[in-house]
Amino acid sequence: MIHIRRIQEDGADVIALIGEIDASSSIELDLAIAKSVGEGFEKILVDCGALEYISSAGLGVFMSYIEEFKDRGIRMVLFGMSDKVWHTFSILGLGELLQIGKDKVEAKQMIA
Amino acid sequence: MRTKAITRLLFLVGVITWLALVFAEISIVFSISSNLKQELPTWLPGILLNLYILSVFYYFKLRIERDEVLNFVDLLWRVFATGLVSTVISLSLRLLEVLMGSTRLPKSLVFNDFIYLINLGLMIGFLLMAFTVWKRLILYQKSKWLLRLWTFFEVGLLLSLLYNSFNIPVVEWLYGTLFGIFVLTGLVLSGNMKWVAYLNFRQKWTSLLLLLLTIFYLLYLIYTNRTLVTVLGQAMPSMQMLTDYQEHIFILSVIVFVTVYSIFSFLVILFNLPTTSVFEQKLEEVVNFQRISQSIQTEQSEDSVYNILLETSVSTVFADAAWLEVNLRQHNYRLFTYKITEKESYDIINHLKTHNIKGILEQSSDKTKNLSKHLSSLKGSRFRSILAFPIYVKGENIGTLALLRELPEGFNKEMTKIVSTFANQAGISIENFRLMEEALQNERYKEELKIAKTVQKSLLPDVLEKDDDFDIAAFSESADEVGGDYYDTLRINDHLVSLIIADVSGKGTTAAFHMSQMKGIFHSLAQEDIEPDEFMSRSNQALIYCLERGSFISATYFMINTQTKKIRYARAGHCPVLYYSTAKKTTEYFKDKGVALGMVRNKSYKKFIQANEFSYCPDDIMVLYTDGITEAKDGKNEEFGYDRLEQIVMEVHDRPVREIQEQLIQRLYDFSGTENINDDYTTMIVKFK
Repeated sequence: MIHIRRIQEDGADVIALIGEIDASSSIELDLAIAKSVGEGFEKILVDCGALEYISSAGLGVFMSYIEEFKDRGIRMVLFGMSDKVWHTFSILGLGELLQIGKDKVEAKQMIA
Repeated sequence: MRTKAITRLLFLVGVITWLALVFAEISIVFSISSNLKQELPTWLPGILLNLYILSVFYYFKLRIERDEVLNFVDLLWRVFATGLVSTVISLSLRLLEVLMGSTRLPKSLVFNDFIYLINLGLMIGFLLMAFTVWKRLILYQKSKWLLRLWTFFEVGLLLSLLYNSFNIPVVEWLYGTLFGIFVLTGLVLSGNMKWVAYLNFRQKWTSLLLLLLTIFYLLYLIYTNRTLVTVLGQAMPSMQMLTDYQEHIFILSVIVFVTVYSIFSFLVILFNLPTTSVFEQKLEEVVNFQRISQSIQTEQSEDSVYNILLETSVSTVFADAAWLEVNLRQHNYRLFTYKITEKESYDIINHLKTHNIKGILEQSSDKTKNLSKHLSSLKGSRFRSILAFPIYVKGENIGTLALLRELPEGFNKEMTKIVSTFANQAGISIENFRLMEEALQNERYKEELKIAKTVQKSLLPDVLEKDDDFDIAAFSESADEVGGDYYDTLRINDHLVSLIIADVSGKGTTAAFHMSQMKGIFHSLAQEDIEPDEFMSRSNQALIYCLERGSFISATYFMINTQTKKIRYARAGHCPVLYYSTAKKTTEYFKDKGVALGMVRNKSYKKFIQANEFSYCPDDIMVLYTDGITEAKDGKNEEFGYDRLEQIVMEVHDRPVREIQEQLIQRLYDFSGTENINDDYTTMIVKFK
């Protein structure tokens, strides 16, 4: 189960993920990112502070946007990951493909 | 057996009591007429008569009431036969009298009394037979109330025998009241004629004849007995008749009841004759419905079930032809016809459609439509009446049942109702076939999945590469029928062996397809002696054309060189390999850089993968696994984790490779408390020598 909240801060769209992302809830994550892009945001911050678990399907969602964002000049930064979630990202090598910040402050600096 | 014996005994008792009655009465009459001293008491014949009545009554009760085989006509036949026999005997006696007319005997009081007693015995036998049969007819469809009334009637009558047995002085008002009550009860009971409705036309005619003759015999026997009593009464005015049935409440009540019921039955059957066909029709409807539901249950073919449905609905409403249109979304349009050609049906359907007549295939109509008036404008059709009813399944209109008649105005309201029930039945049949087809389809899918499972099992190697330098053991299981985990080995040359372990994102059928692609890639690329990072780059390039957006494959590729005792490998986002070093007596996870296959969809992938190298020593252990193992959860939602894996390897490192693998899987099951882990899980363990 995942709960997704979106708030706008300093021209960036902050997407907060609360709960677990598995095969079925990854669709909601995909929809949230697609909506943010659709609304024209060029700076997207993903708050993973309350993300407890992410499955390969959830990682696939982030992965699937990498190229599109590069082409369109959209910048996305993930931040606030727990060690466990970070480990999942890093094993797959997503740490190198995605921009991941320690906290919101760092994330905002990365995006600026 | 016991009943049979009792029946025989009762018959015997009946004969004996009658003979005793004859003997007693005649001896008394003889004594009186000859002015001799009476030796027998005058009340004896009365008691004997009642005993005779009782035994005959129970005789018929046992013979008729218990016999389940008899139908209505059989019962009436029994009554008729008894009447016939009684009448024939009685008539023969008359003939005898006429023949002996000139002699002195017929004038004798004793002889007349004897004749009377024979006639009385015959009449009582006939009456009781009819009484028992009428009881069965009346109680054919009994209610509590009816049963109580009958019991009152029967018990009351039998008790009245007591009244007659003892010489209780005849009290006029009591006698009248009792008689009145019995006649009234008999009349009320005679109102129960439900059995008549169950006779068919032929049976009714037979019953009428039998009843008519029964009534005739009754009247004849009553008349004969009455005459004889009058004659005897005149001959012996001085004394009271000893066994005058005219003062016997039981006999009189039974006479009235039997006669009334016979006449009632006769009249009811007579007046029921014209409506018999209606009742038979209704009965046929019920039988037809049974036929339809049976045909559905016995899994006959679709065509034959619809044929039965059409046939029965046609015969029930006297139609000449019918068709059934089925228009399911998943299926093609289908038309079943009965006694009408498809061309004729289409002519009518098209005619109704072109005239824009709503109702026949109209989604919104839910009532039977009498569309006869619209047919009159169709030339060349033999049909002049049409009744159409939409068929609904779960609120969805899926077809039409149409009935046709050559007569104009051929359908009435009653038929409309019947047709609607047939249409409902048709709906049930159609839905039934649809569900059956669905079940078959599901069965087929399951079969397909089973095949997929065996095919996929065959994609994983049966035998792993053998070498003097190492042993390998592997284990893999899928959460669904098919899964996305893959492991394999391939010998490149004498001293080079390649190993792979891979995990496709997601699980199930899509994962299984990608897994088979990975196998193809491995077997074509690993043939050559190429560097592990080169292997991954080429694999990535091959996979980006077949992996859909968001899917990826994590993999680790090893090349074991038994000459240099070195292993080169590349990790593409796969779980880090666990390595046990005998020299250091520690375990370690090799966490180097490497992005999973399919994540970077261009040639820049090279930048994200690297080749690494390490040396091995004898008794070192390399544990490859997929995240199904490390992410397996226990009841408290805790993951199996990396630490537990390390710990197990530390504990069992000195065992042979097969045992290490078995231990690992057993510990995994113990931890999660089940063998049904919610993900594909695989392990491949290499132990060096």
